[in-house]
Amino acid sequence: MSRSEEPPYGMPYDRETRYDPPSALLELQDQPVRRIRYYPDGVEGWLVTGHAEGRRVLADPRFVTGERFVHSPTELPHVFVSISEQVPPGFFLFYDPPEHTRLRRKVTGVFTVKRMRELEPRIADIVDARVEALREAGPGADLVREFALPVPALVICEMLGVPYEDRDAFQRNSADMLDLARSVEDRNKSMAELFGYLMQLVPAKRAEPGEDMLSALAADDEVHDVEAAGMGLILLVAGHETTANMLALGTMALLEHPDQLARLTGAPVLWPAAVEELLRYLTVAHNGVMRIVKEDAEIDGRRFRAGEHVTVALQAANRDPGKYERPGDLDVERDAQGHMAFGHGLHQCVGQQLARVEMRIGFAKLFAAFPGLRLAVPSEQIPMRSDMAVYGVHTLPVEW
Amino acid sequence: MRIAADREVCTSAGMCALTAPGRFDQDEADGRVVLLDADAPDGDPEALAAAELCPSGAITLTDL
Repeated sequence: MSRSEEPPYGMPYDRETRYDPPSALLELQDQPVRRIRYYPDGVEGWLVTGHAEGRRVLADPRFVTGERFVHSPTELPHVFVSISEQVPPGFFLFYDPPEHTRLRRKVTGVFTVKRMRELEPRIADIVDARVEALREAGPGADLVREFALPVPALVICEMLGVPYEDRDAFQRNSADMLDLARSVEDRNKSMAELFGYLMQLVPAKRAEPGEDMLSALAADDEVHDVEAAGMGLILLVAGHETTANMLALGTMALLEHPDQLARLTGAPVLWPAAVEELLRYLTVAHNGVMRIVKEDAEIDGRRFRAGEHVTVALQAANRDPGKYERPGDLDVERDAQGHMAFGHGLHQCVGQQLARVEMRIGFAKLFAAFPGLRLAVPSEQIPMRSDMAVYGVHTLPVEW
Repeated sequence: MRIAADREVCTSAGMCALTAPGRFDQDEADGRVVLLDADAPDGDPEALAAAELCPSGAITLTDL
């Protein structure tokens, strides 16, 4: 029993190393479900750091996202908190059933395993073109700018029917809205601009439809234009920020673990398992996900009260020694399945099968094209995305 | 053992079709689970993995 009865303040946030969650966070795993105090006012809520416990919470319909989030587990307001000020229509991550179900099912047919398999040749073409662009940019080029960001951005733009030529504006707004160091007001302003952009695309798609998701949503009588725009926004942002950061941070992690990279060289059959392990090990959604207790619930003997905030620390759950042996080791041949990098429960990432294909093809082609790939600067000089909602690197200068 | 898939609970993540493609497919319209083969040998690793990995608890296994 600790000397003080008062729960600790916040979820530990500051990393000591580039790849590991803060040690102070992992130390909290001795109590995988515990009370913490939330920012800004110290109100008590919950922090879940265990894998099994996190799964139970996220699979339980009494823990919802359709309520207003006002407290944050970290001093920099969580992305849930900034968005909950004014949840835009169509943001189905912040809806509960039955509205969540209605909207999510409008897009899930596009992201099936089979559809992703059919998309593989097109993704391979896009990856090939970006590999050549990186080669042309020459040694010292930024891998984020030439490869990791364009690959998923081109893919999601094509799927949604968003003109890639507009990327300067939407990528800036997307990055700004996920920059936790900016004020909640500024982040919401960036989101509103992005929303406005999609709002003018929807009627244009109805007038001149293409073979894309926005056209289908625009033509759907059961979907309002504002919902189509909001769904387009969330898919556009989630569709390129997350995979882009996995591609860049994953490349860096493999370059810094040459023994692991060597196991993959010439053995493309190992990439699917390696991608799962990179997802687990890196967990770029590094602030966890939040829920609000809708009705009193008891889980593992802990009593959750209606209205309390709950944070499931995915980044800690994926390092749970009860689930994974030597969780701090990157081991590309381990069975990492069941990791929580895409979350869990009915909100689990809608684009996860696309992300898997993009990473599998992206990593395999990148390392095949540049067998001598290496960092162009010492790794300590790589700027890490510590204050961003999605972890990764801001730039990654490489040579070969 | 016998496999059951609840299409009302299904959230279309696709983990079953990815893990056990011989037993599960996804609806073309909305990606919901389609059960191809409800009978599996006891302890079938693919069926066990599909049930374990399903994020929404839509897949249940019953020993006969």
